[in-house]
Amino acid sequence: MDPGKARACVLRTGGTNCDLETQIALEELGVRTEIVHMNQLEKKRLSDYQLIVFPGGFSYGDYVRAGAVWGKSVLAKLRLELEKFIEEEKLILGICNGFQVLAEAGILPGDGVSETPSIALANNSSAKYECRWVWIRVENNETPFTMTMKRGEVLRIPIGHAEGRFLTRSEEALEELKRNRQIVFRYVLPNGDDANGLYPYNPNGSTHDIAGICSKKGNVMGMMPHPERAFFGWQLPEWGESPPEKGDGRKVFESIVNRLKHL
Amino acid sequence: MGLNISLERMRYLKQYFNNRPPTDVELQMIAQTWSEHCFHNVFKGDVVTDDGSVVRSLLKTYIMRATRELNKKWCISVFEDNAGIVDFDKGYAVAAKVETHNHPSAVEPFGGAATGVGGVIRDILGVWGEPIALTDVLCFGPLETRYEELPPGVKHPRYIYRGVIAGIGSYGNNMGIPTVSGAIIFDKAYTGNVVVYCGCIGILPKDAYVKDTKENDFAVLAGGRTGRDGIHGVTFASAELTEEAEELRSAVQIPNPIVEERLRRAILRIRDGRLASGITDLGGGGLSCAAGEMAHRSNLGVDVDLDKVFLKAPDMAPWETWISESQERMLLSVPENNLERVLEIFSEEDVEASVVGRFIKSGRIRVFTKRRVVCDLDLNFLFNPPKVTSKARTPRLPPAVINIAEPRDLAEEILELLSDPNIRSKEDVIRTYDHEVRGCTVVKPLHGEEAGPSDASVIKPLKDSWMGVVVSCGVNPFCPDPYWMAAASIEEAIRNNVAVGGRRIAILDNFVWGSPEDENNMGTLLKAVEACYDFSKALDAPFISGKDSLYNESPLGSVRSTLLITGIGVIPDVRRAVTLSLKNKDDSVYVIGLTREELRGSAYLRLKGKDGGEVPKIEAKLSRMITGSLIKAIDEKLVLSCHDLSEGGLGVAAAEMVIATRNLGIKIDLRKVPSEVSRSDYLLFSESASRFIVEVNKDGSRRFEEIFSGLPFSRIGEVVNSKTGLSIADLNGRVHTLSMSEIKKAWRGY
Repeated sequence: MDPGKARACVLRTGGTNCDLETQIALEELGVRTEIVHMNQLEKKRLSDYQLIVFPGGFSYGDYVRAGAVWGKSVLAKLRLELEKFIEEEKLILGICNGFQVLAEAGILPGDGVSETPSIALANNSSAKYECRWVWIRVENNETPFTMTMKRGEVLRIPIGHAEGRFLTRSEEALEELKRNRQIVFRYVLPNGDDANGLYPYNPNGSTHDIAGICSKKGNVMGMMPHPERAFFGWQLPEWGESPPEKGDGRKVFESIVNRLKHL
Repeated sequence: MGLNISLERMRYLKQYFNNRPPTDVELQMIAQTWSEHCFHNVFKGDVVTDDGSVVRSLLKTYIMRATRELNKKWCISVFEDNAGIVDFDKGYAVAAKVETHNHPSAVEPFGGAATGVGGVIRDILGVWGEPIALTDVLCFGPLETRYEELPPGVKHPRYIYRGVIAGIGSYGNNMGIPTVSGAIIFDKAYTGNVVVYCGCIGILPKDAYVKDTKENDFAVLAGGRTGRDGIHGVTFASAELTEEAEELRSAVQIPNPIVEERLRRAILRIRDGRLASGITDLGGGGLSCAAGEMAHRSNLGVDVDLDKVFLKAPDMAPWETWISESQERMLLSVPENNLERVLEIFSEEDVEASVVGRFIKSGRIRVFTKRRVVCDLDLNFLFNPPKVTSKARTPRLPPAVINIAEPRDLAEEILELLSDPNIRSKEDVIRTYDHEVRGCTVVKPLHGEEAGPSDASVIKPLKDSWMGVVVSCGVNPFCPDPYWMAAASIEEAIRNNVAVGGRRIAILDNFVWGSPEDENNMGTLLKAVEACYDFSKALDAPFISGKDSLYNESPLGSVRSTLLITGIGVIPDVRRAVTLSLKNKDDSVYVIGLTREELRGSAYLRLKGKDGGEVPKIEAKLSRMITGSLIKAIDEKLVLSCHDLSEGGLGVAAAEMVIATRNLGIKIDLRKVPSEVSRSDYLLFSESASRFIVEVNKDGSRRFEEIFSGLPFSRIGEVVNSKTGLSIADLNGRVHTLSMSEIKKAWRGY
């Protein structure tokens, strides 16, 4: 498909707040992108889109647990449509609160919807909100979200969350993620070496330094860092004498566009 | 009834109501509207000085006069609305407002600070602005204060500190508005009186700024429900904090940012559809003040039906509903034709909204409940309370001589200053605020690979414009001379702004003072306000908005008089913004400006526990020439990094540049610094104004020196590799060195 014809839907509900910058990133690369409120979905069909983004924010104030309420409301309203969407290997991206929603809804790490999620994004080990730029390494460049990157490539990208500590239900669940190559991004040291939990490189205490994972088929990805905040060069925290044109976060969106061509 | 109305005014009221008793609703409304917090009686009243002269309105005589005389075309709305508005780019304008929320934060730190943020965000929504950035400046007692030192009713600074910071973070983060600028100050004088300044900056299409309520328009109340939280917030804020303040916890509102987030979405959609004729937020005095002000502004009257207001508690008394300051509420005036669409938008965004009244010609405010009239007041009477007269005693600052031995080891002094609570890194706080959300933050509060403290932040608010908004602040409460304290705060706000490339700077004033009933407090206030006029005018920076918070008194006495100046500048292209991190080895390091022996109130003398010498004074003409030349050099791309010299002087500024940088250091020679100082420690730590430290590339040096010719400046050293960190040759040629790791450790604490 011509990416100019592809359509993306950035979903929002009360408390979502990164929808606009996510839309700007996608439109900058030529993808027609609509921001759609959950209340508008009676008039819209998810099947009209090739990409759904659950953006960052504090949906429902993050009451109960981050992403918990929106996650359940997504299931209540959209379960069948989403299952079909996933089955058709269309793309779903969850960023930050969006990742929390996908986890709480049981959409990740499975390929459909799981009743008993095997992952969680718990309170940061530092027990507080953390806004900082981190380094993440591409572990799997064969997903639709990373296909323009090199394996082992290090991206400079910011995080901003209080609940981003990636946990799996069991050792075995982690092994399964590894086995299925579902780990997409890991927090690393600036030189690309494993962070091994070292704060603040691993900013939240995530198991195995995990920053982002995908479904087994790879068409659903959740990540805690914000690629839309590292899209333009001028967004970077340090740029020498003048800013570069592009930030590393752009690569996530470029990969998506590349994939949309083949849908 | 907790009215807090003076006896004199009570007598005036008795006369006004001569043949009937006022209702509780009326009395409460009058008390809110006439409170110091809402009406600013002292700033609008007369001040009699000890030489017998009378100043009529501090606000008009000094602050607004400077703006009027500067008469800038780019000032769109000043001092007349919820926020000041200046021109921006591509048909857009920038709105800015700063508020204080001191009393609530002293009683209930989390809720007090959070609702401070919520309130100032609504001020921006109240001029149809989309909030794009938040600022906060906080003053606390020393965290290590011993419990035994605290009188009953005063909470421990650490408890207040934690609560306030969590409150600010929670509201801004939840709303998705980046917190980009601020400061934290510790001093004993804030132990009883915490100071919480919250600022918000917004952007709006110029033609969307509509305030034109018409007869027959509907009054629509939208957002959170009205409850018993926040009853008497303003009368409480206009009184001294006492041991019993705890009982007034109900005067502090309960924050719910998610409700305001939805409200914001709806308001912006209504704005973009140009569906409403007017808007104002519900802050102090709640619905009573909002409805009254909106009607009065358009020379109308209004009828309000309290039974239409959504309540949190069903059994609220009418006066409670009328003056409750529950959060997250806005009042809109909506023409009949658009009413349905407006209500639909609120519903789509999950916001409760209700038509509570209608604007009419009457010039009166009438309130109904259960078909009874419970308030019927003439708006002209309501908004013209009897003037207040205050007395001021001119402050005298006794001269004092500095008396400290010259230290042998300057490196040790720098390290001590870097770890001073007022200078050391605030990273553990700053990182709990999201400063990246919206993806528009160009210069961040912590910038550079190693995250050093920026002078100002830069936001790029429009997708299709390279122009940036530059946000800075100036606050200098330790200067013991109120006139020069105010002057220094203004100059510092401008200097910080210019350091990153900001120009065309508008400023906002926020006074936090002790009781105006004390002649000494009024004396210092008068001096500070005089300086505001003098230096706003002389430095060409108009005031666009301001607020005063008086009556900051506790069992521990008055607050330290604190003036916050917020600077809002612009930079034509954000890619030209200058940061403080060093860029290349061998680049030249210059100091611009003249260093004088001005250490009174400085971080260095405070560290030594001493007072004396001269306070920093500002030569406005020189300051303007320096900032003008610096902007020129920045625009010609000659300036690779820049930092202003403020707390801790040259020593701390140079160290902070090293802190922000990964692999480079600085080597300087004090003998080359343009100065009138004969002691190395004074030279290194003097806090003279109008000074910068700048990195310039070798190729640019000649042109740079040309631009500054005739002004005090000098090449004092160069950028070196990181083995050195910071190396300083003193006036005797002795070299003091600090390694990069010890500098960073002193500043960061790890």
